[in-house]
Amino acid sequence: MTFPLICFYLFAAATTLAALAVILVRNPVHAALCLVLTFFSAACTWLLADAEFLAIVLVLVYVGAVMVLFLFVVMMLDVDLDPLREGFIRALPIGIIVALVMLAEMLALIGVRAMDMPAVPDPAAAAGISNTTWLASTLFSQYLLPFEVAALILTVAIIAAIPLTLRHRTGVRMQNPGKQVLVRPRDRLRIVKMAATKPAPATEEANTP
Amino acid sequence: MNWILDAYHTCAAHFPTLTMAVSLVLFPLLPLIIGVAMYVWWERKVIGWMHVRMGPNQIGPFGLVQTFADVFKLLLKEVVYPEKANKALFLLAPLWALVPAFAAWSVIPIASHAAWSDANAGLLLLLAMTSMGVYGIIIAGWASNSRYAMLGAMRSAAQVVSYEVAMGFSLVSVLILAGSLNLSDIVNAQAGSKGFFDWFAVPLLPMFLIYFISGVAETNRSPFDVAEGESEIVAGFHVEYSGAPFAVFFLTEYANMILISFLAPILFLGGWLSPLQGWITADVHWTVNWIWMGGWPWLFIKFFGFATAYLWFRATFPRYRYDQIMRLGWKVFIPITIVWVFVAGCMKYFGWVTAGA
Repeated sequence: MTFPLICFYLFAAATTLAALAVILVRNPVHAALCLVLTFFSAACTWLLADAEFLAIVLVLVYVGAVMVLFLFVVMMLDVDLDPLREGFIRALPIGIIVALVMLAEMLALIGVRAMDMPAVPDPAAAAGISNTTWLASTLFSQYLLPFEVAALILTVAIIAAIPLTLRHRTGVRMQNPGKQVLVRPRDRLRIVKMAATKPAPATEEANTP
Repeated sequence: MNWILDAYHTCAAHFPTLTMAVSLVLFPLLPLIIGVAMYVWWERKVIGWMHVRMGPNQIGPFGLVQTFADVFKLLLKEVVYPEKANKALFLLAPLWALVPAFAAWSVIPIASHAAWSDANAGLLLLLAMTSMGVYGIIIAGWASNSRYAMLGAMRSAAQVVSYEVAMGFSLVSVLILAGSLNLSDIVNAQAGSKGFFDWFAVPLLPMFLIYFISGVAETNRSPFDVAEGESEIVAGFHVEYSGAPFAVFFLTEYANMILISFLAPILFLGGWLSPLQGWITADVHWTVNWIWMGGWPWLFIKFFGFATAYLWFRATFPRYRYDQIMRLGWKVFIPITIVWVFVAGCMKYFGWVTAGA
């Protein structure tokens, strides 16, 4: 039992328990935080497998960006999960069947792949470069076209998401911060030249006491 | 003193990995915590001078011990829990903010390859860790069960996620030119014979400015400190915090500021490299050689400049309005960075900028 192996079991146990907690805890915010823990401990197991790039990107993208927005929404919605859980027992048999079928499929797939492809040594270690360098050079040379296509699809999805949610409401008074920060003092302030005020002329009463 | 060393050696003999891990964790943290205390003192002093005041001057020489006095006062104060607050998350939040802020320090080098973890993907690790820190603020806002805290958390989450995009793009341009994610390699790529013209701040000047401004926004500091805007939402996300948990939030904020102030010179201003590099090659004496040969004092001088700039911003700029912050991030910084990533790619491809000449 080496130290990395102990670490692996600890991280794997944390991943599994956190994943279970995601579906078992009652509070949606707690569930989202458990999902964060799941991602993070999964990243730790990947780090142990020398997949440093994947591990850090998992933390960066999913934990650092996606889950933040997710948590944002969950906190704002303040969902009450109890009505949603009412049909839990009735739907349980169907759920178990679906889960078992998926498990069987996954096992079959992994088993078939394992028979088909013998485990190759780590290509990055074989090339004597770091995992990140190897991944970058492979992605941007051997798999450039699929990579670019994936990037294009994602860009299209981003642009498509904007018109789907963009609503032009009428009768709303909007500010234009761009115009506001471009404003110069002379747009708002007018300096007027005026003659210096003269002392008031002496009145008759003052002259003739 | 000997018994401490003896105890250390006994521990090292019996639990080598554990002792190694504990000392690796403790050595960078103690200077960092003391550095934060000194930085708080410096902030109060500098802002005092800018306001034509004295700043702290009662406790210790020049008021130097003022921060420690404040810290002990905070630690001894009662921790008040808001009614119906989620107690576990309420206490977890400051820790969740603090741990990534400290973890990011593991990859900061103070000389070539002299970092606690000389990781290949150091820059990525930094980005990942700084993006984890926002959870502390969000959870603090939610667990406090307070409207003001929630508003502060929402503002902070949106702001940090937006500015991370611009910051990420400016880091991408650095790593295009350096050809590495290792921070030591990035600094070494700025070495050369043309003095400070070899630094990345010259070809990447807009990115350099955007990086530092995004860094100020990401640490929720003035003029982007809407997450705790006192004039609008009392104290934002930490309005319900008192005593030790508040001290931890305070420590996190300053540790993050020190981190950004260290990263800006490492990524753009040649880290420990001298601005006179390559112009003078005389070998006079090791006490003065670093002025032209480069060494850790340069890194600390540059860090000090950025750290003081933070305080200068705070003393001079009025707070940005929230929609203007969002506009600056999404409509100004991100388009500029996207264009400049392309420009940086061209610089690298056509060989206008060479790494480590």
